Amino acid sequence: MSTPLLDIRGLTRTFGGGRRWFGPDRAGVHAVQGINLDVARGDTLGIVGESGCGKSTLARLLVGLDTPSGGTIHYAGDDLQQLRAQDRHALARRIQYVFQDPLSSLNPRKRIRDILAAPLRYLRGLEGQALEYRLGELMEVVNLRPEFIARYPHEFSGGQAQRIGIARALAADPELLVLDEPVSALDVSIQAQVLQLLRRLKAEFDLTYLFISHDLSVVETISNRIAVMYFGRLIEQAPTRQLFHAPAHPYTRVLLDSAPIPGGPPIKAEEGEAELPDPLSPPPGCAFAPRCPRAQDDCRHTVPPLDNLVAGKDHLAACFHPIEGPWQRIATQSAQER
Amino acid sequence: MMTFITLIARNRLAAFGGVMLLLIVLLVLITPWLPLADPNITETANRLMPPLSDGHPLGTDALGRDILSRLLWGTRISLAVGVAASLVAALIGSMIGIVAGYFGGRTDNTLMRGIDMLMAFPYILLALAIVAVLGPGLMNALYAIAIVNIPFFARNIRGVTVGIAHREFIDAARLSGKGNLRILASEILPNVLPVIVITMSTTVGWMILETAGLSFLGLGAQPPQADLGSMLGEGRKMMLNAPHVATVPGLMIFLVVMSINLLGDGIRDALDPRLKSGALSRPAPFTRIRRRHKPLPDPTNDDALLSVENLQTDFEVGHDTYQAVNGVSFAIQPNECLGLVGESGSGKSVTALSLLGLVASPPGVITDGRVALAGRDLLDLPHGDIRRLRGRDVSYVFQDPLATLHPLFRVGDQLVEAIRQHQPMSRADARTRAVSLLGQVRIPNPAHRAEQYPHELSGGMRQRVGIAMALANDPQLIIADEPTTALDVTVQAQILALIQNLRREKGTAVLFITHDFGVVSQICDRVAVMYAGRIVEIGPTKTILETPRHPYTRRLIDCVPRLGEPDNEPVAIPGLPPAADALPEGCAFAERCDLAEDACRQGNIELIATDTDRQVRCIKPLGIPTPSPQGVTR
Ligand SMILES: Nc1ncnc2c1ncn2[C@@H]1O[C@H](COP(=O)(O)OP(=O)(O)O)[C@@H](O)[C@H]1O
Ligand code: SF4
Ligand code: SF4
Ligand SMILES: [Mg+2]
Repeated sequence: MSTPLLDIRGLTRTFGGGRRWFGPDRAGVHAVQGINLDVARGDTLGIVGESGCGKSTLARLLVGLDTPSGGTIHYAGDDLQQLRAQDRHALARRIQYVFQDPLSSLNPRKRIRDILAAPLRYLRGLEGQALEYRLGELMEVVNLRPEFIARYPHEFSGGQAQRIGIARALAADPELLVLDEPVSALDVSIQAQVLQLLRRLKAEFDLTYLFISHDLSVVETISNRIAVMYFGRLIEQAPTRQLFHAPAHPYTRVLLDSAPIPGGPPIKAEEGEAELPDPLSPPPGCAFAPRCPRAQDDCRHTVPPLDNLVAGKDHLAACFHPIEGPWQRIATQSAQER
Repeated sequence: MMTFITLIARNRLAAFGGVMLLLIVLLVLITPWLPLADPNITETANRLMPPLSDGHPLGTDALGRDILSRLLWGTRISLAVGVAASLVAALIGSMIGIVAGYFGGRTDNTLMRGIDMLMAFPYILLALAIVAVLGPGLMNALYAIAIVNIPFFARNIRGVTVGIAHREFIDAARLSGKGNLRILASEILPNVLPVIVITMSTTVGWMILETAGLSFLGLGAQPPQADLGSMLGEGRKMMLNAPHVATVPGLMIFLVVMSINLLGDGIRDALDPRLKSGALSRPAPFTRIRRRHKPLPDPTNDDALLSVENLQTDFEVGHDTYQAVNGVSFAIQPNECLGLVGESGSGKSVTALSLLGLVASPPGVITDGRVALAGRDLLDLPHGDIRRLRGRDVSYVFQDPLATLHPLFRVGDQLVEAIRQHQPMSRADARTRAVSLLGQVRIPNPAHRAEQYPHELSGGMRQRVGIAMALANDPQLIIADEPTTALDVTVQAQILALIQNLRREKGTAVLFITHDFGVVSQICDRVAVMYAGRIVEIGPTKTILETPRHPYTRRLIDCVPRLGEPDNEPVAIPGLPPAADALPEGCAFAERCDLAEDACRQGNIELIATDTDRQVRCIKPLGIPTPSPQGVTR
């Protein structure tokens, strides 16, 4: 196997905390903790998880908007932090980012022309004719009418604004796009348009995607691999079909069980508090143990490592008692709390 | 820019201030060319001449100098010094503010601690101390006034910058290869500039007054030079025998400061974005109702809990009319859950808010229709009766529970208030009921949670409290507007289960607004699909999901990715819904419909019954060979 495009080892980001003059040291919040992840060139890796589980922090670390507290990221064999230190623009030329909220990621006082010209000018050094030509090309690539380029962001609908966001990311000619909930703010009819566009662009420009979303069905349609995050850690990773066919981690099953499908079987609701643990005093062992129906004593002492379920098979889960067998929502159960 | 000027002009006081200031400024600008006596020539023979004397229209002062001439030259200097001081203060203060706000961390700490130190001294004492150190003189007074005003700018601008620096477009600019300096100059500055201008326009007047104050004390302009403050100071000594010497500059100070402040307030209001959007104009507590005629009750809805007939709600903004709700009719039976589905902007929320007159007026107006709760037309009721209905017979749950929860009160106290508003109950009893309500919505340890403030609860918990509030008075109908849209799927599952439970145990009816067909199929008995302010299809959930009759419903279902069917690629609907102020004739979906034909773009397309319990607004409903022609009016 060739070197992966992204090689992430032990990636950690802690916020706050630190030493105090009096009293014990303050505990930090581990937004992202010990993540190991490979992304192959040409992959679309979906990352799912609930709000606050560290998806966006991971994304920001990858594009260099934030710096890890520990661990390494290698991009095509080069250390990302060294790359950043050598050349401020090196990273932005290779990895770009698409924001969740299309409108707030566009400066309200700038025309689309200025927004798109910035990466062309500063990252690719284009000027004059070449710049104009490329601007026209970009608008065409994301299916926007050329005359829109003279408008201000507030004149666009959400879907159009997100196309501009995508065009801005593509302007630098990157190889990897980190898409942080790119369609969550859009209506379903517009969401389908943007997903279609993203698929086409990937084929056209040989892109690699890291697609973050809380919506399992969206991730399923677009990714070929999926990684599930919970409380700052990766807890399961597998090729999409494998993951949806036989999710092994109890949390993945909870997620699947609670997602409503149009015309589908009733969803199951968890009892008790379906919420993340307190980040300031995390439970000692598996973070999911307080909610887990399969939790045993060993779960509460040691953090389960992300391991291959069956040696040689490409399906990893961080659980001491993984669930086997295919997943099926029990049709007889109704969406009622018992 | 034109709108800005019209906004100022519309504000009479500001316009008055502007004109006055303009006159004063013009006058002092042309002063050097006016046939005036030299302001500094003393002529002891003519000392203290009263106004309207020969050659001295405003008289002379103690040294026989012409007061008119001194007044104009003095105003010139006072204005120049005041404006220069505020420019200096604005420049340095804003720079400190922007840098502190943008870089944050240690830079912010150091800079703002310095600013705090400046602010720790009483304002005027600090100015005096600075002049004392630098020595009296006009320039030094200028520096002193500028320095004491720097903190004001720095704090204001820092606050605004912090807000902007954390916006996503700053990150986007960084990823576009812009460095810090470029981001400060081309992304941050244009967005804080209006605030700088506002701050300046509201401080210039005071700064002129402060400079005059220093000169009055003899620390500013030095004799023989005149500025308004020093003239006032000199006049003070002969207040009794020659009052005009002090009155004339005093009046001028008053005029200058007043005109600048009036104009400044006008500028502030014109630049405030909240004003433009009308957010500061207080909406009426009830939506305006201007029905063209009163529809008669529809007898088929006799046993319905809620029946809505031909409801129309417009937003009138300037000369435009946005038809947000455009003839909506539906009925909800007791204990039924009706889903209202559609894309954003299709009019779901406005429909829901119109039912109890909660649409903000202005700009909202209900122009037609009937809303009957158990047979009573709510749009006809006196306001007092409607108010008693709200929260008692019908209650709302919103997407953002913070819309109904006050941030500064404990959730328990808010529940007690909600209960006692409609039920005569002692505080203690209401408290017991509040805690039991929190228990009913499955909040663990309800007695303890009742003591907490909304911000101490997670999003899911807050939404539970929002539902508990809605339940406080056992309403017959709950209107839930996207109550789970902002929640994670696992929490959503719990909230949906909770609503189902309530229906079963209390017989409550629910109008459930959502854009998610998955959620609809979980809890709604019937569903109404909205497009461009109208219901385009209504019927039982199961049959609509299985065999949609309206092309829009079909397409909308098809563009939802379905979990577990990755090969079933969602199919996009091309184009966008029409704007609410430019609805086309005929079918609003025609533009995006691949079955559209000429007949679709004409006349009014009615909602027709296709099956016993289903209706659809389309002349070529799917799966129906020949629709009944009498349903279509041309
Ligand atoms: N305060 C307002 N002023 C002007 N137009 C408004 C206002 N509020 C809503 N609208 C318009 O009314 C229409 C329906 O909005 P809404 O009911 O919020 O849609 P939905 O809830 O289906 O997303 C939209 O075209 C929207 O732009
Ligand atoms: S390790 Fe234990 S507690 Fe954690 S998910 Fe697996 S079974 Fe549940
Ligand atoms: S009326 Fe015509 S345009 Fe409208 S949905 Fe039906 S077929 Fe399409
Ligand atoms: Mg809405």
